Amino acid sequence: MSQAASSPAASKPAALEMRGVTKRFPGVVANDHIDLDVRRGEIHALLGENGAGKTTLMNILYGLVTPDEGEILLGGKTVTIASPADAISQGISMVHQHFMLVPVLTVAENILLGEEPMANAVIMDRKAAHTRIRELGRFFGTEIDPDLRVASLSVGWQQRVEILKALYRNADILVLDEPTAVLTPQETKEIFTVLRRLTAEGTSIIFISHKLYEVLEIADRITVIRRGKVVGSRIPSETDEDDLAELMVGREVQLTVDRGESHPAAVTLSVSGLTVSDDRGHEVVHGLDFEVKAGEVFGIAGVAGNGQDELVEALAGLRRPASGTVQLAGRSITGASPRRLHNLRVGFVPADRHRYGLVLVFPLTDNSVLTSYYRAPYSRGLVRDADAILRHAEQVINDFDVRTPSPLVHASTLSGGNQQKLIVGREFFGDLRLLVLDQPTRGLDVGSIEFIHRQVIAKRDAGTAVLLISAELDEVLELSDRIGVMYRGRLVAVMDGRSATREEVGLLMATGGREGPPPIIAEGAA
Amino acid sequence: MDFILHVPVIGLLLQFIGYLLSVMATNGSLIITLSTPIALGALCGFMNERSGVVNIGIEGMMLFAAFVGWYVAALVNGGAPSNPGPMGITLPLLVGLLAAIAAGVAVSALHAWLSISVRANQIISGTIINIEALAITGYLNLLISQNPIPSAGNFQSFVVPHAAASVPILGWLLTTFLAHGPITLTMLVLVIVLQVLLFRSRWGLRTRAVGEHPRAAETLGIDVIRLRYRNVLLGGVLAGLGGAWFTLEYIGTFQGGMTGGRGYIALAALIFGRWTPIGAFGAALVFGIADTLGQAVSFNPPTGDLGAVLSGVPEQVFSALPYLVTIIVLAGVVGRSIPPAADGQPYEREAKAT
Amino acid sequence: MNLRRARDAAIIPALSIVLALVFGSLIMIFSSPLILGLDLTLPLLAYKALVEGAFGSFGAVVSTIVNASPLILAGLAVGVAFKAGLFNIGAQGQFLTGGLAAAAVGVWLAHAPGPVAIPLALVAAILVGSVYGAIPGFLKAYTGAHEVVTTIMLNYIALYIVAYVVTGPLRAVGATFARTPDVGNATLPILVGANGHLGILFAFVAVPLAWWLLYRSTIGFEIRTVGAGPDAARYAGMHPRLLIVVTMAFCGGLAGLAGSGEILGLTGFMPAGYSTNVGFDGITVALLGQAHPIGIMFAGLLLGAMRAGAPLMQIEAGVPSQMVDVLQGAILFFLTAEVLVRYLFRIRAKSAKVAELQTVASSYGGQATPAP
Repeated sequence: MSQAASSPAASKPAALEMRGVTKRFPGVVANDHIDLDVRRGEIHALLGENGAGKTTLMNILYGLVTPDEGEILLGGKTVTIASPADAISQGISMVHQHFMLVPVLTVAENILLGEEPMANAVIMDRKAAHTRIRELGRFFGTEIDPDLRVASLSVGWQQRVEILKALYRNADILVLDEPTAVLTPQETKEIFTVLRRLTAEGTSIIFISHKLYEVLEIADRITVIRRGKVVGSRIPSETDEDDLAELMVGREVQLTVDRGESHPAAVTLSVSGLTVSDDRGHEVVHGLDFEVKAGEVFGIAGVAGNGQDELVEALAGLRRPASGTVQLAGRSITGASPRRLHNLRVGFVPADRHRYGLVLVFPLTDNSVLTSYYRAPYSRGLVRDADAILRHAEQVINDFDVRTPSPLVHASTLSGGNQQKLIVGREFFGDLRLLVLDQPTRGLDVGSIEFIHRQVIAKRDAGTAVLLISAELDEVLELSDRIGVMYRGRLVAVMDGRSATREEVGLLMATGGREGPPPIIAEGAA
Repeated sequence: MDFILHVPVIGLLLQFIGYLLSVMATNGSLIITLSTPIALGALCGFMNERSGVVNIGIEGMMLFAAFVGWYVAALVNGGAPSNPGPMGITLPLLVGLLAAIAAGVAVSALHAWLSISVRANQIISGTIINIEALAITGYLNLLISQNPIPSAGNFQSFVVPHAAASVPILGWLLTTFLAHGPITLTMLVLVIVLQVLLFRSRWGLRTRAVGEHPRAAETLGIDVIRLRYRNVLLGGVLAGLGGAWFTLEYIGTFQGGMTGGRGYIALAALIFGRWTPIGAFGAALVFGIADTLGQAVSFNPPTGDLGAVLSGVPEQVFSALPYLVTIIVLAGVVGRSIPPAADGQPYEREAKAT
Repeated sequence: MNLRRARDAAIIPALSIVLALVFGSLIMIFSSPLILGLDLTLPLLAYKALVEGAFGSFGAVVSTIVNASPLILAGLAVGVAFKAGLFNIGAQGQFLTGGLAAAAVGVWLAHAPGPVAIPLALVAAILVGSVYGAIPGFLKAYTGAHEVVTTIMLNYIALYIVAYVVTGPLRAVGATFARTPDVGNATLPILVGANGHLGILFAFVAVPLAWWLLYRSTIGFEIRTVGAGPDAARYAGMHPRLLIVVTMAFCGGLAGLAGSGEILGLTGFMPAGYSTNVGFDGITVALLGQAHPIGIMFAGLLLGAMRAGAPLMQIEAGVPSQMVDVLQGAILFFLTAEVLVRYLFRIRAKSAKVAELQTVASSYGGQATPAP
């Protein structure tokens, strides 16, 4: 603590204090008497697992959630923040984990919204707005056209627009909720530079993350939250990843799963010249070629929106490829239906578990046979066998550690981790040839991630070919025997999974290996 | 050239297009008149849906407003004819108009409460409004008809001065767009005003944001619930005007179910018009043309082969035409017309657990 | 069945009915000056007559059941579609076209033996109703045109189809008003009372059939999955587009069957201005029955009782039978405004549970096209 006092930020006055903040949701205490103080001009990291209560705390600060107890002090004075409008007027801005951008509106419209400069009582003053936005845009070193539609921007630039929104409002306190989740390591570095420039001007920043190395790099101080409680504070110079991980999870954790040796055998999945178009008919996957062998994990890394979604849909039978062929153990499955793929023993864990993976209003029983309900023993002809379905559900729940009071409750009542384990349990069931995993651990707690990763390795070792698509670079690096990098609908590199470094892959993700800065406009945008 | 007109199918088609054009040219004013309730209904839907509330109850709102406007006007009139001002404006009619607007707003308030506060399924909420409006107006109208009271008459069309009307092209434009009653004229003004406001005003920007991504709007300090309430209630004013058109402008009496599906067609117009006021008005004109065609065929049938063919077509086909057109339009354009992203989604103010 | 679950499911509908009756009373009282003068006891008189007309005698009970059976079928036509996430407002049109088909075949086979004429007329009604239901299903599945608007449009179009056929090709010669000739031997036999025709059995067969289909068969599972999670259904290897068409055809068939019961069992011919609201009432029945076949049966019986009692209410209390429509709308309102009912009766809500009914299409427009 003596060093804490001598750190440069510690001497500065407190910009924000949260005292005893408590918020209960039905069945869970999201925030349990949390204390937090943030000083002027510091970057204060809030570290915790998914579901630890970081976002709830920040939503309270931002007036989106009403706390049950506790108080908030700004510059030493107690304030009431009942709505985002209050927060904004108190100089607080927030960049949310899921972008709060209106895709069909322009950059300017998104930034002005809520603080519109007016030409008269009714009509907005566009010119003044545009001048101001162009000015602010220089902060990033690049000018941005205020009339571009946000939907057409790349993910990295959408992030910048979010930060511009905060700058436009002259925020004293800026909250960033998992801002790097969608960025490449290079983009992350850029954002960090911007953040440091901001703190130099006196802005206080709360930086939420669950990535240890990032927190260690950017933060002046770190507060760790676990299950709604503050479990410790650290200064980066006095701690390391293992210490933080243990604090965050509450037990000693293995940060990486022991993937062991893999023994690749014959080619199982063979994709050649695969071209896929998106819903608007724009070609977003351009002539992809790759193979996945039995007993290996092939990971595809890439920034979200580089054609991965369409590739996965094409492989899962949800989207018809424009051209090219897909073969499973030598047999063509180009454009095969999901049913046929299932019958050929292909498992598929979709990225969006609420939209694709589960029917939330159905009980776990029905969800456990969602992809196999039509065949024996779950049904005979037209007649479903409720007993066989129940037995199957119980087995999945048991084998995959799904925590639930009963197999008859709705899937919506489970936590995200348990929902995902149910899906994984269903899709990993039986003897599989190929397993397609699309963002298999997005938004999960460390325990669930560890569990699922171990299951993936087990499947690999049982001889299944595993195709892993993930925007989480660390996950790809951790599990893959070989890594392909997807950029603008092409595989720009395939490398060995054990020797590849984060920087190397990140650079490819950001630029595709070409020179120059990453483009502003997203692939396939009109 | 003449021979083409005698080739069976193509000839008939060309004749039909010619006839359609002549109907459109000679009945421009009638087309706008008949498209008024559809346009006003579509504007009501526009106010609702741009801010994220689906309103399938426009039909019921208009029907209820039509009834209330008519009955209040008749009550105020009390059987004593008043001295009409320009466009047949009388005090009872004005009071009736206000009552109709109030009725539209009242029913909208119900829809707003169910859709926004109760967070009920908005399509079901609208359906209830339609069912209940048809039932209550039918019930009360039946009771009233046992002791009928004289109607207060209706608004008259603006008369374009003869000198102006006889100028070749200008005259046609003037009569087409100005020879209308006050409600239709109001509609024409509203279409333009709302179009400008949608893209240029603070209200328009906030409405678009709330209809697309209410959470984003909320995080910038915009009160989503209040904005939605305000827009739905303002939409009620428009539905009220649309209802008043039936009983206070088009004809001076009320009949059960007289809106005849115009409120639903308005929704199709809104989709066809891609959720913009001008687009919706243009689409409403298409339905106005379909409506007009039936009238034109019976009053001013075409000559020649086409006349022979059309006279063989049962009158019911022409009556069903607007409904058929609606289906065709929906089937044809809907895939390319994208609704506001949050349309129909109730908004919950407090964010759920992480 | 789990009794407590049934009670929980029934409590809000029951209280909604109570509140609707109160609302109806207010309308009656406030509009009573239009009849004879302010009368505070009018509701009591009216409701007494309503109950008497529905249950007061054996004949009244039969009449209730006769009124209920088409309502139950129409309720299923709406309710089963609800399960697939579809809002079938078109039961009315499917009912009318089905009835018209039954009338046409009935007239054609009026002199054929009953065992031949009746099944053929029924099959015609089911087929035509199915096709009329499949049209909006097809439009929804393959063009994205939302069924809420298209089915309403098809209801209007059905009116004109009936008007055309009955005033034109099928008009009975020498009749005082536009109607088809009698269906003769295709008339459904009377089983009980004065008018308890064979058609009442259809409803009570359709209820368990629909229940089995929805909850015990694979196709029912597919239908419910499409309704509750269309994308999950696609992922699961189902065919949402096909299922939408099939479900709508099934529902249209039920509504068409309801229409045939009315024509072959009650009127014996199709009049041009056939005024009935059975199809629209089906919406009330389905919502009141919470889209569950058993619930729909009870809701249909209740509304059937109201329809059966309405004439006596009109005679004894002078309250037009349209009051029943007002009551229906009010029931729907209170059902939807569940929070209001809970507040008025101090019933606490159960833990937040997503009802399957809430997955019914909440919007319409371009996004509706399910991918293949």
